[in-house]
Amino acid sequence: MARSSAWKRYNVRVIWLSLLYCAFLLPAVYGFKHGLVPGWAAYPVAILPALPIIGIFGALGRYLVEEQDEYVRMLIVRQILWASGFTLSIATVWGFLDNFRLVGHADGYWLIAIWFLGLGLGGIVNRLTLGASVRC
Amino acid sequence: MENRLRVLRATRGWSQADLAERLEVSRQSVNAIETGKYDPSLPLAFRIAELFELPIENVFVSPSRRSSAAI
Repeated sequence: MARSSAWKRYNVRVIWLSLLYCAFLLPAVYGFKHGLVPGWAAYPVAILPALPIIGIFGALGRYLVEEQDEYVRMLIVRQILWASGFTLSIATVWGFLDNFRLVGHADGYWLIAIWFLGLGLGGIVNRLTLGASVRC
Repeated sequence: MENRLRVLRATRGWSQADLAERLEVSRQSVNAIETGKYDPSLPLAFRIAELFELPIENVFVSPSRRSSAAI
């Protein structure tokens, strides 16, 4: 499928945000590991790597606004719905298992990885049900 | 929604890609509309009808008329 200019802009934004994520995460990990982060800076330094990830969600929203092809928009919205449903379902099940001490406690940021995995799952569902999918 | 897009396209000798380019949508979109897997929005449906210089009801079959015709 020929990619739209909106798709290209989305990709550029995601690449920049990914680079920013690395630029924030690596010093934060190093700083906390070696005790270089003063108390007053701990919260801002810990939150900084989250901001580019939030930016990726924003970039996806921006792409939905800019994409002119309504069918492609629908495919992506379906993928987002699958990703959200998939993530919330896993979070719910894990939450109860955790509550009854049947599994270990998981870090919250895994939900982001599961959500992006859910986007892929949504793409597979689109492929199976509509014969078309968009990789995002 | 049932439509005559494939027939209309064939009479002009256009491929799905040709039609997609004229409508400024993806080929996937044209394929999905042709096969009835996706109902276009009203603006896109009008754009399609205008491209073929036909009234919209000559391109898309109204689901309610289709069901009443079946009765």
